[in-house]
Amino acid sequence: MIRFCLNGNWVEESTVSSDMTLLRYLRTQQALPGTKEGCGSGDCGACSVLLGERSIDDKGEGTWQYQAINGCITFVTQLDGKSLITVDALATKARLKKGVAKEVIAQQLHPAQQAMVDYHGSQCGFCTPGIVMSLAALHEHQRIHKNSEPADHHQIIDALSGNLCRCTGYRPIIEAAENMNKYHNNSGDAGQVAIWQPEPEIETKSEAPLDVAAETTAGLFHPASHTDSVSQSWSPKSEDELKALLTQYPEARMVAGATDIALEVTQMNRRLPQLIAINDIVSLKTITVEDDAILIGAGVTYSQMEATLNEHFPEFGQLLHRFASRQVRNNGTMGGNVANASPIGDTPPVLLALGACIELASAQGNRWMPLSEFFLDYKKTEQKQGEYLRMIRIPRLQDNQKLKVYKISKRLEDDISAVLAAFKFTLVESSNGQTVSAVTTGFGGMAGIPKAASKLEKALLNKPVSMAAFAEAAQVLEQDFSPMTDVRATSEYRMQVAQNLIQKCAFELSNPNSITRIESLNNSELSLNEVNVGGGHA
Amino acid sequence: MRKLIDLPTQTPENSLAENEQKSRPAKVKNPLNTSKGQTGQNMQHESAEKHVTGKAVYVDDMPEYPNQLHIAVGGSAHAHAKIKSIDLTSVRETLGVVDVITVEDVPGHVDIGPVFSGDPVLVEKLCEYIGQPIFAVAAETMEIAKAAVAKAYIEYDILEPTLSVEKALKDQFFVRPTHQHKRGDSAQALADAPNRIQGEMQVNGQEHFYLEGQVCSVLPTEDGGMKVYSSTQHPTEVQKLVAEVLDVSINKVQVEIRRMGGGFGGKETQAAPLACIAAIVANKTGRPVKYRMSRHDDMVMTGKRHPFFNTYDVGFDEQGIMMGSDIMVAGNCGNSPDLSDAIVDRAMFHSDNAYYLNNSTVTGHRCKTHTTSNTAYRGFGGPQGVILAELMMDDIARHLGEDPLTIRKRNLYGIKYDHIRTADGQVDERNQTHYGQTVEQKVLPELIAELEKTSDYWQRRAEIKEFNANSPFLKKGLALTPVKFGISFTVQFLNQAGALVHVYTDGSIHLNHGGTEMGQGLFVKVAQVVAEEFQVDLDTIQVSATNTEKVPNTSPTAASSGTDLNGMAARDACLRIKAGMVKFAVEHYATDNDVIQEENVRFENNNVVIEKDSGEEVVVPFADFVQQAYMGRVPLSSTGFYKTPKIHYDRNTGKGRPFYYYAHGAAVSEVLVDTLTGESRLVRTDILHDVGRSLNPAIDKGQIEGAFIQGMGWLTTEELKWNDEGRLMSNGPATYKIPAVGDTPFEFNVSLLKDRPNGEETIYRSKAVGEPPFMLGISVWSAIRDAVASLADYHYGAPMDAPATPECVLRSVQDTKNFIRNTAQAQKV
Repeated sequence: MIRFCLNGNWVEESTVSSDMTLLRYLRTQQALPGTKEGCGSGDCGACSVLLGERSIDDKGEGTWQYQAINGCITFVTQLDGKSLITVDALATKARLKKGVAKEVIAQQLHPAQQAMVDYHGSQCGFCTPGIVMSLAALHEHQRIHKNSEPADHHQIIDALSGNLCRCTGYRPIIEAAENMNKYHNNSGDAGQVAIWQPEPEIETKSEAPLDVAAETTAGLFHPASHTDSVSQSWSPKSEDELKALLTQYPEARMVAGATDIALEVTQMNRRLPQLIAINDIVSLKTITVEDDAILIGAGVTYSQMEATLNEHFPEFGQLLHRFASRQVRNNGTMGGNVANASPIGDTPPVLLALGACIELASAQGNRWMPLSEFFLDYKKTEQKQGEYLRMIRIPRLQDNQKLKVYKISKRLEDDISAVLAAFKFTLVESSNGQTVSAVTTGFGGMAGIPKAASKLEKALLNKPVSMAAFAEAAQVLEQDFSPMTDVRATSEYRMQVAQNLIQKCAFELSNPNSITRIESLNNSELSLNEVNVGGGHA
Repeated sequence: MRKLIDLPTQTPENSLAENEQKSRPAKVKNPLNTSKGQTGQNMQHESAEKHVTGKAVYVDDMPEYPNQLHIAVGGSAHAHAKIKSIDLTSVRETLGVVDVITVEDVPGHVDIGPVFSGDPVLVEKLCEYIGQPIFAVAAETMEIAKAAVAKAYIEYDILEPTLSVEKALKDQFFVRPTHQHKRGDSAQALADAPNRIQGEMQVNGQEHFYLEGQVCSVLPTEDGGMKVYSSTQHPTEVQKLVAEVLDVSINKVQVEIRRMGGGFGGKETQAAPLACIAAIVANKTGRPVKYRMSRHDDMVMTGKRHPFFNTYDVGFDEQGIMMGSDIMVAGNCGNSPDLSDAIVDRAMFHSDNAYYLNNSTVTGHRCKTHTTSNTAYRGFGGPQGVILAELMMDDIARHLGEDPLTIRKRNLYGIKYDHIRTADGQVDERNQTHYGQTVEQKVLPELIAELEKTSDYWQRRAEIKEFNANSPFLKKGLALTPVKFGISFTVQFLNQAGALVHVYTDGSIHLNHGGTEMGQGLFVKVAQVVAEEFQVDLDTIQVSATNTEKVPNTSPTAASSGTDLNGMAARDACLRIKAGMVKFAVEHYATDNDVIQEENVRFENNNVVIEKDSGEEVVVPFADFVQQAYMGRVPLSSTGFYKTPKIHYDRNTGKGRPFYYYAHGAAVSEVLVDTLTGESRLVRTDILHDVGRSLNPAIDKGQIEGAFIQGMGWLTTEELKWNDEGRLMSNGPATYKIPAVGDTPFEFNVSLLKDRPNGEETIYRSKAVGEPPFMLGISVWSAIRDAVASLADYHYGAPMDAPATPECVLRSVQDTKNFIRNTAQAQKV
């Protein structure tokens, strides 16, 4: 049994199949066609909805915090205890009652909606419901943080990074976002419109302790659609339950954010008859900052780890802005990115360069290993049946260490890397400038697995930091890798750009205040006449 | 309007609208007019509130019937192959599968080619691209149908495919005959020119990526026909083709479309195959059928923008003024003619862009390849021709060491030189295209001059040169490129339209016309025309779905012509109704000693004003007047019709006036390029565009911005890639990257050219806007080349294909570095 709040009504579902996506559920089971399917792969955002989780504040009061997610790559299984708002119910506080044709009397558009209308933000309108939901999430974020200032350009781009529009060219949508905080309703609640909250009495009901043991054992038993006989899914709340489930159902697939696995259903038409949603296990959602390392639980979403990464590994934090989209980062986890072992996953190369270790757990016990030993071959890892990825441990940078991360892709937002290169340099200062005393690397897109360039690491050792010296060392990269040609880039380009990035590293290390990346520029920087491009210091 | 917020209901652009209004004589004459939403005002899209609340209904959103079937189609696994055998037993036996059809099940025509034959609805024997539909599965759910498709067993005799334009050119493997335009003696002019250079480029295609994929829903009727809901730009063609495959008369089929979730040309011919397949299944099973393509199937199976391979050979004087040119454009049409003849024609018509080619030969080839049949896409071949002209301008500039803008300005149509004379000694007007049409409206010289000023082109040019001199690997580029785009279907008969207007007794008006709404704002613009004609508020007018039963025999909503054609047709309908109303007013309100002249019956401010000869004015609210007219038995409904005048083209001579008029614009784009990685980013764009007298500046601005970004995407991030077998590898949004929100330039200044009403009598002297600004995206491509050229101090224009992906740009950078190295070595020697 899954219980969640849909547009203000608590619903209980025990008959949806384990791999029923939220989008399909809304459109076919709930007759809510406002949420659109543009791609079915989490790339266009037309299916964006708001997913709310209840957080308890210091006073013990619960508030629902909403963020945008992709309905097309979220399973209904993941929704237990959550609150969901779709575009159909954003405009008004009146209920959309299930199965009851109830005319909405006074439609009050949400500020995101009204701004989109007034600034001509929709043309064909098909992406619009998703855009509106992303803007509503941004508006809600500002409201919760009591920020009456309009979101800045960076926040707006970030909020809309997962919403494609083919008609407008985005300018009017950005303008709507910049102006939506000017709108307010007549209730006078600090000039901001709150997204309404599920009713307290029902909320209480959802909090009633569940018979966890019974639910875990039984799972959700779903009569499935015509093609298979049964499907089962579980939403364990503790690691003990998870271990028990993995022992009993070793074939079951685990999902945290499901942002990758869901594609097997929507793109490859596969079925996932046994699914364990691990996104509600609290002990997998911790971030611990220790003196020498940072521990990130496998269930922590990218959005949740942003602040920590920004603080301790700014280049890693920067990468996250270009990692998929806001919607995917709200659901996706680093644990998932590591465990699925994609050769083009963006975080594993960085984690390799940083010397991260991972913890695998099972009913038989826990074990730690360096990440570099985890990846065996294309999509093959050390993870055994019954095991799950528990924790990622990242050593903190010392004062003389520098992390450099580069992502090369055709598009800045929400694109998969042709090449991802990460370097951790340990530098010593001498009278002649800096010298490399240690370096570790991680590359994505250069081999069948995320991999360090060991020959390059040796070649860079004890080299002075200069473009010429680094360019020379970069030659050995051809011995480390023979990258493939595919839809994203040719082998030749991958090799050349990777070598050029090593040169760029040298420039950045010796000109730390220069603007060197096209993505980090904003308009105010560009219009400065005295742009520091570090000319002549290379 | 149900606004509960206390903001002004109008948008910030209103000042612009007011200016536009002031320039309109009708408004000046009638300052008391306060009715809302007529032409010239920034009215919101008619569905805006429905869009933002999710209430706008698209085909896939319509309630489903309990017995509705869903379709998935099995396609060819090979680009070129003969089918040896098909075994669909396991497909049929899949639980939930209701029926499977092959070509044997088509009751009528198999070939559904829109203009020429060559497009079988289902393959008979010969497969000509990967994904070409062979059979269709109808099942209880789409998921079941998709799963069943995978169970087919098909044996093929594999044949060698043709996959490149080069190979097709070599083998003269064409879908239609080659066509040529000739003006003067290009060979002699080339031989005589003091400077002569050659160049070539690959221009890749483009996936439409309308956010709403191809979809239709059909319902068998009691008359043996079909009711078809199709996301199509061309309902009449869907109607005709469905009738043909079913072997019924056209009047048995009704096609309706309220709105599309984007079209861009991709739903002009490509929607029909889905409707035909669904109709065949519905006809066979007697059940309603929906066929919605998954994004993957849509990208693999349906046509795209034509890739082109273009070459030029151009001769010019020391000023860079072109004296002669030999131009070839070769379109990759895919496996069938579809619309390719007209598309390659349009590439030829636009290979001059805004420049006087003088003596020129333009040759257009229609190459056949074993890929999906390429089709209409915003610009319709025009962009692929225009980019060649811009390539020439840049290359001439590099050759002479001049700024490309200087060269562009010198070559513009209508710029005369005393020393350049015609054969009979007259100063050459330099205003005749290579296909014989005279460029009458001399808009671009002024437009460019203004944009040069407002964008600070020359000051920024100087700043950029300084920036580049001091920046080791980040380089900036700047380019101004114009567009001159011919408006009209080049197929003459398509330039007609019909409309239907009803006025009801409460004064409300119903509007219907043959145009389809795909987001471009056609419905609101035409409604504004009706509001203008009756001088009533826009919300008096209800627009309804395009439907073949209301307005028959329509042309596709394409070629930017939607408003030009349907606006005029709707106006015609209004004029007919008004004529009856005026006649009634004259009779009804006249007395024996106070008569009324027809011209003294005026529609203004939601009233009908009847001015008698005595000077007495009777003001009747529009609704009341309509009720009176109804009681007086006046017809309150009319069709309207329009056909574009003046146009003609003789294919035998390659001469004529294919276009009623030209629309113009220009863009200045500034980019930043990382010459270590090839990545680039658009920093600022300034656009000045000519829409004549705008019917709705907000909608027009939206079209300009959207088209520009789409054009930029075509030339930067959007890369279609096929493998050696002809399989499309970029078959989803994870691998095919249309512009995202961060690709919009930080600074994006878009203005409409003021005070330049269309010289031709279009609807209120406006100009078409859908396609022309698409080509302004070329300024980004040219700016990237400019940034790369800075490496060689602007004396070398390295070849750069499109799209300018990081990989493509880095290749151009390497090429430039090699040029510098070779030049240095040559100097040493």
